[in-house]
Amino acid sequence: MVMNLDKCIGCHTCSVTCKQTWTNRSGMEYVWFNNVETRPGLGYPRRYEDQDTWRGGWVLNRRGQLKLRQGSRWWKLASIFANPVLPVLKDYYEPWTYDYAHLTNAPLGDDYPVAAPRSLVTGKPMEVKWSSNWDDDLGGGPELAPLDPNVERVRDEVGERITFAFEQTFMFYLPRICEHCLNPACVAACPSGAIYKRTEDGIVLVDQDGCRGWRQCVTGCPYKKVYFNHRTGKAEKCTFCYPRVEVGLPTVCSETCVGRLRYLGVMLYDADRVTAAASVTDDKDLYQAQLDVFLDPDDPEVQRAAERDGIAHEWLEAARRSPVRDLISRYRVALPLHPEYRTLPMVWYIPPLSPVVEAVSESGRDGEDAGNLFGAIDALRIPVEYLAQLFTAGDPVPVRAALDRLAAMRSHMRDLNLGRQPDGSAAGAVGMTGDEIEEMFRLLAVAKYEDRYVIPTAAQADARRLEESAVPETCSLDHQDEQGAAEGGPFGAGSGRRSLPLVTVESFHALRRRQTADREEEVPGP
Amino acid sequence: MSTLLWGALPYVVFALLVSGLVWRYRYDRFGWTTRSSEIYESRLLNIASPMFHYGILFVLVGHLMGLFVPASWTDALGLSEHGYHLLSLFGGTVAGLLAVAGIGMLVYRRRTNSAVFRATTRNDKLMYVVLVGAIVAGLVTKLMHSTLSHGYDYRTTIAPWARSLFRLHPEVSLMDGVPVSYRVHAVIGMVLFALIPFTRLVHMFSAPVQYLFRPYIVYRSRGSRELPGAPPPRGWEGVGS
Repeated sequence: MVMNLDKCIGCHTCSVTCKQTWTNRSGMEYVWFNNVETRPGLGYPRRYEDQDTWRGGWVLNRRGQLKLRQGSRWWKLASIFANPVLPVLKDYYEPWTYDYAHLTNAPLGDDYPVAAPRSLVTGKPMEVKWSSNWDDDLGGGPELAPLDPNVERVRDEVGERITFAFEQTFMFYLPRICEHCLNPACVAACPSGAIYKRTEDGIVLVDQDGCRGWRQCVTGCPYKKVYFNHRTGKAEKCTFCYPRVEVGLPTVCSETCVGRLRYLGVMLYDADRVTAAASVTDDKDLYQAQLDVFLDPDDPEVQRAAERDGIAHEWLEAARRSPVRDLISRYRVALPLHPEYRTLPMVWYIPPLSPVVEAVSESGRDGEDAGNLFGAIDALRIPVEYLAQLFTAGDPVPVRAALDRLAAMRSHMRDLNLGRQPDGSAAGAVGMTGDEIEEMFRLLAVAKYEDRYVIPTAAQADARRLEESAVPETCSLDHQDEQGAAEGGPFGAGSGRRSLPLVTVESFHALRRRQTADREEEVPGP
Repeated sequence: MSTLLWGALPYVVFALLVSGLVWRYRYDRFGWTTRSSEIYESRLLNIASPMFHYGILFVLVGHLMGLFVPASWTDALGLSEHGYHLLSLFGGTVAGLLAVAGIGMLVYRRRTNSAVFRATTRNDKLMYVVLVGAIVAGLVTKLMHSTLSHGYDYRTTIAPWARSLFRLHPEVSLMDGVPVSYRVHAVIGMVLFALIPFTRLVHMFSAPVQYLFRPYIVYRSRGSRELPGAPPPRGWEGVGS
């Protein structure tokens, strides 16, 4: 997946629809498989990027081999009786509800009754102090932004101070899901071997029957995108909406993204080269190393190998049309999030450029002239060094190059818009041709649903059957009792066969009909 | 009575343990977990839980040594009865105290932390009573029947009886002269074994030793799904969304 941060308006629709679909259950109240953070800010859970504290991801040992930052296998088994660095609920936030009953039950009095917040974990009245996006839109605020681990690193490494003066504040949104890494640390951290990466599509999943609740994956994941269901005692994580992706539908977060900033597509890669790529010595080389792991589906050598290994033609075709590959490998405008964790993450981001045009225009110059734009990027409101901490382990060069290409695209397209013949200088300056720039523009600005989401189905016959299984056979009320009391099953919540937390396989059309129906009769029956 | 307790009960417990584990594995793999409450509270747990677990593991080693290593073997190693007694007394007491202190803190935490207490099921409470009962009874028994110079020599009575169980020829009479507290401890212990498959204690059977030997990254294939018309696999039942 690639996300274009320039377009994110921070509406949290992705988070909410994801929550409705996947984590709308007890035990998962505090869990957001998709969350949107304001940057600079603390993130969710708070300061998760501070790996000195949370010990996620990989490091190189003295012999230059990969090892989990958590510790060796022996150390992990020895400390299995209590995970020493597990984030607790207060690092995420304590989930709450409101005492709505009080609104109707309160005795008659002079004051309006109030629905006071109640903790969902203790059941007691509580004071709401934090949530998954408590610092939403507070980017640049002097209280929280200096605590952003990226800001701290810019200060320590570059020696530069990001000032949080009012007139210099900046912020942007960073939507995050599980990275479905090529070298996933959560998988490596699981003592039971219950987390696995699927060979077909690379989706990282937790085998709920294999998980024994050791909680090592939560620590292992540097992005803190594996969560512990405190009711069932099992780890859960973003599934990349695999039931949807298998039938060719985009993930819920992509489907519902208002800004249409998400792109889905196939990336072919050489699994045998992953370990070597993740073990390069310099953190700053990890971006290039990961680019080198990807395979070019137009390469006849790759095509032959794919055929030999039984990769369906449809998949190869999808890889060739992949918008993700275009943004990552062809235009090189997308960058990985925190490559220094050495997990080779697979959700990439196009860094935000927006405020620059405004800034240049305000200074009285032509804000969309290529020359002015290139010059201004170094003086961006959002410091390149900060973006570099997020996307390239602190190396400003690739960030700068990506922003240059975006700036060149603006300049080039402005010429076209005004009916002028672009002289190609803007494109040439970033090593692209005018045609390439226009293609990139189409992909970033006007790409339609089928251009943004190029998803081969797992297998057509299988797909149809899966879709049928998603159509409800019984009334949804039949399952209401499943979120019962604490002792849902004989051995605690969710145990036993009946009360599994059933996966919601959404039937897109059924839901749409129900949502758009005017009268009850139009709603498809059970 | 004697035959019932020392001849029949052990086999009933063993049958319950084995069949319970098989049944739990088949019926309730999803519920087979540690049901950790660390996410609610981790500071006390980080001290108490390793303390208890290491304590109880040493206790287990001690029991295996006491019950299943015949006195003649330790004699052959040149360990006198008195030496063995001191080893068992001090080693056992230290391990037992570790376990008792650990579980004491854990129970305290469970009772006082409202989030943890709310996540405690009746099943857990029963398990805690039996577990604490077994450990405390064991420790009290050991200290009651031991002085520095001399202690009750269970290696001539209880240990041969325990070994005789595995020869399928229980020598019930060996237990006749055993002090009452030892017998109480043994019975609580057997009840605890019977409970293991039906409580969260079941997690002890999924100690992830294989982690030391597997490659870091696990790959799995979707595999071939079952044929159309077959009942949906576990977790794939329609939910009527």
